[in-house]
Amino acid sequence: MIQNVWLIPALPLAAFLINGLLGRRWLKHATGWIATGAVAASAFIAIDVFLEVLGGHERTTVTLYRWIGVGDFNINVSALVDPLSSVMLLVVTVVGTLIFIFANGYMAHDHGFARFFTWFSLFVFAMLILVMADNYLLMFVGWEGVGLCSYLLIGFWFERPAPQHAANKAFWMNRIGDWGYTIGMITTFLVFGSMTYTDVFAKVGTVTQANLTLICIAFFVGAAGKSAQLPLHSWLPDAMEGPTPVSALIHAATMVTAGVYLVARSTPLFVAAGPALQVVAVVGAVTAIFAATIALVQMDIKRVMAYSTVSQLGYMFLALGVGAPVAAIFHLATHAFFKALLFLGSGSVIHGLGNEQDMRKMGGLRRKMPVTYWTMLIAGGALAALPPLAGFWSKDEILSGAFLSGQTALWAVGIVTAILTAFYVTRAMWMTFHGEPRDRHLYDHAHESPAVMTLPLVALAVGSATLGLLIGFPPDQGFIHSFLGPAVAVEGAAEHAPELSTLLGLAGVSVAAGIVGIVIGIAMYVRHRPDPAAVTRAAGPIYRLLVNKYYVDELYDHRVLEAARAFFGVLWAFDVHVIDGLANGIGRLAAAGGAGARRLQTGLVGNYALTVVVGLLVVLVAYGGYAAGVFKR
Amino acid sequence: MNIPVGAFIAVSSVLFFIGVAGVLMRRNAVVILMCVELMLNAANLALVAFSRRGGSADERGSVFVVFIFVIAAAEVAVGLAIVLSSYRNRPTVDVDELHAMKG
Repeated sequence: MIQNVWLIPALPLAAFLINGLLGRRWLKHATGWIATGAVAASAFIAIDVFLEVLGGHERTTVTLYRWIGVGDFNINVSALVDPLSSVMLLVVTVVGTLIFIFANGYMAHDHGFARFFTWFSLFVFAMLILVMADNYLLMFVGWEGVGLCSYLLIGFWFERPAPQHAANKAFWMNRIGDWGYTIGMITTFLVFGSMTYTDVFAKVGTVTQANLTLICIAFFVGAAGKSAQLPLHSWLPDAMEGPTPVSALIHAATMVTAGVYLVARSTPLFVAAGPALQVVAVVGAVTAIFAATIALVQMDIKRVMAYSTVSQLGYMFLALGVGAPVAAIFHLATHAFFKALLFLGSGSVIHGLGNEQDMRKMGGLRRKMPVTYWTMLIAGGALAALPPLAGFWSKDEILSGAFLSGQTALWAVGIVTAILTAFYVTRAMWMTFHGEPRDRHLYDHAHESPAVMTLPLVALAVGSATLGLLIGFPPDQGFIHSFLGPAVAVEGAAEHAPELSTLLGLAGVSVAAGIVGIVIGIAMYVRHRPDPAAVTRAAGPIYRLLVNKYYVDELYDHRVLEAARAFFGVLWAFDVHVIDGLANGIGRLAAAGGAGARRLQTGLVGNYALTVVVGLLVVLVAYGGYAAGVFKR
Repeated sequence: MNIPVGAFIAVSSVLFFIGVAGVLMRRNAVVILMCVELMLNAANLALVAFSRRGGSADERGSVFVVFIFVIAAAEVAVGLAIVLSSYRNRPTVDVDELHAMKG
């Protein structure tokens, strides 16, 4: 039943309330299974809703209640259930369930267990509100909710300074994005007189190009903040300070894709506002290659994955920008599976090694952790876009979309990024699982994770392997296209029907790119030809540039923050001297007036009596004058 | 004998202004209270005179006078009590010395 759609967020909300109120003192480790059960139940309802949508209910609005009603301005708390949102509901709840199960094992020894599952449940609730909302304001509620949970969970181990800083950084950078979203939302209301998607999209044709571009650019600033696109990308790698399930669910599979979802949802706006779409494509492509180059040299296994996520999100925006929103959502779904798996696998490794994240101390672990190894190998293959794994189909669609839209430069950037991606995956896999153990002590104590952690890995591996073939075959005509196509299609958009040979050629190029990357990786890390250390020395300055992440953090700290401090210094001075001066001045004026008036109170009865008599005389004279007609006009 | 009402008013006015002058000029609290009594009785005289002149059957003006007697009695009782308690704290009845309420 589609009407049940509100149960999907209600269950995690209930889990949040129960765990939050009773968790720490009474429920303790039961909180994990309460939260997991709630999300799993949500997943079943989401599957049911998905099947309903599949069965022909293409667009249903389920209204819970009227939230704001002022004159013509109406905002309902209602869910828009269409193919796009039902796919998102499915991804969030299904991947979420698996990660929740994993977290039960991963967090088992943490003293903040109940707190973790409280915030984790709240996150799922907020994320579901975000994707279900039928208007921009309600989406913003979810948007801010996931931002809050992201902050709380990045800073989960708040006893240490690094997570605190990372949490604050994420919060501030998201604030810039939220500012953009707010501008976009308010402008939408001013221009369209509504915030409900269907109303807004119906009126696209009646609005000036300038207004549309403003709205779209503002929304894209919001999307870039949430989805860690240049220049607001630098919070996401730092967010890896949080527990690994958090990285998997929030910072790989779901929350960071909210920006992609926002742009995909607003496709009618973006398509009508041409230049904005071009901005999205260019920013996406540049971010993809930018983050991929940084991932080449990272030594922390989670940071490799983090930069990889930024890079893959760049691919999704590239797809949106070249007018292939279906490919973007397709890649979002496959990425959710294989990147969540890569993170959980990294988590399993970190767990098995007693919280060691440095790949230089790993090596040879495939013998100790076979399940983790094989599942991560599948996910790595999917990330490197090897056929027939899931990532191949979606990434190939993005790249062919870019090529067919005529933007060959962006396509070339995408291909280079694909080579880099395949290379860094190979490198990470090799350094972690192959070769000789580099740290004997760690290796000897390494152990495979318990079943509660490996079973989700296997489930995600099945998804990573088959999802692309299942819903994306044949390319550009697969299930996902016939399902999602009508939901994000825009009237007037040219349907390109490319030659089969072109498609096959493009697929061949992207497969070749993946294989080239893997071959280089194996050559360098297995055969040491060329030796990685020699390459590092030869590429001295470039290597340093990459290791230091292009000095973006330094740039922000020194240039941007200093400029901001100077500006805020002026504001502070204005506040202290003008605003406070005004308030304090009024206070002083009253005090001085009181001090003056105090002198009237002499305490002498004679003075008071005299005042009374003088007053009496004044009244008498005035009355007498009035009676005699002196004051008459 | 028929005295014109103006004469009563004249006497009343004189009494009243003697009272006012006394309140303003004397410094002895007891004398000030006596002067207040003087002013009240000036008002009584005026009321009785007007009552007679108006010739009302129910003597409304005279009723007012009775009320004022009562109020004057109460006022003196309270006033003298204040003066007395003040005198116990500070041995003076000079109102110029009593300025503890100076702002």
